[in-house]
Amino acid sequence: MSLHTLNKAPSGSSATQDCLNALQAGDALLLIEDGVYGALDAYSALFQHAESLAVDCYVLSADTDARGLTTLNPLFKPASYSTFVELSCQHHPVVSWA
Amino acid sequence: MSQIKKSFLLINRQAPYGSSAARDALDVALTASVFEQDISLLFLADGVFQLLQDQQPQGIGQKNLAANLSALPMYDIDQIFVSASALQQRGLKKEQLSLPAELLDDQQIATLISRHDQVMSF
Repeated sequence: MSLHTLNKAPSGSSATQDCLNALQAGDALLLIEDGVYGALDAYSALFQHAESLAVDCYVLSADTDARGLTTLNPLFKPASYSTFVELSCQHHPVVSWA
Repeated sequence: MSQIKKSFLLINRQAPYGSSAARDALDVALTASVFEQDISLLFLADGVFQLLQDQQPQGIGQKNLAANLSALPMYDIDQIFVSASALQQRGLKKEQLSLPAELLDDQQIATLISRHDQVMSF
């Protein structure tokens, strides 16, 4: 199963939609860098597809802290850098959406 | 110091930290203020994220942009405008911003742009 990392904000490019279209049940999704803005409640409708596929969704805490994001969509579990490493080891391939 | 004074509008359209755009705009603002130019800032689209409070970028090895932005009034840069629709689309409220900013609708933004001599977008 794949790990998808997404580093663009939802409004910034087509990366978010392209990533969502490519998700399969059992995959994991990790929002990093500007991708973490996707975890704001305002974008929750975008990620309903991921939720319906039971995709494990994570958001990198260092990047949410950096940007002052506090109240996030509960679909996304906070992830540390070591979680990022674990996820990368557990999944194949790792797909970077940018 | 030069006698020529123009009005500058710096448009910030990108989120902080993902690229150097936000810091570049800040550098231009501070440089222009040294030359006693008339500077306004407008935050559009993902640029509104630059103004969020409680940014803690130490964990990603960067400097706090919001802290620098909040120093702008000390450089007499206090004309700060924010797109009301960009805030709303992102579920943000004026109270969450780190600077006292004036909210503008799209028509007011068009007017703001048209009354400046130089407009730069980042």
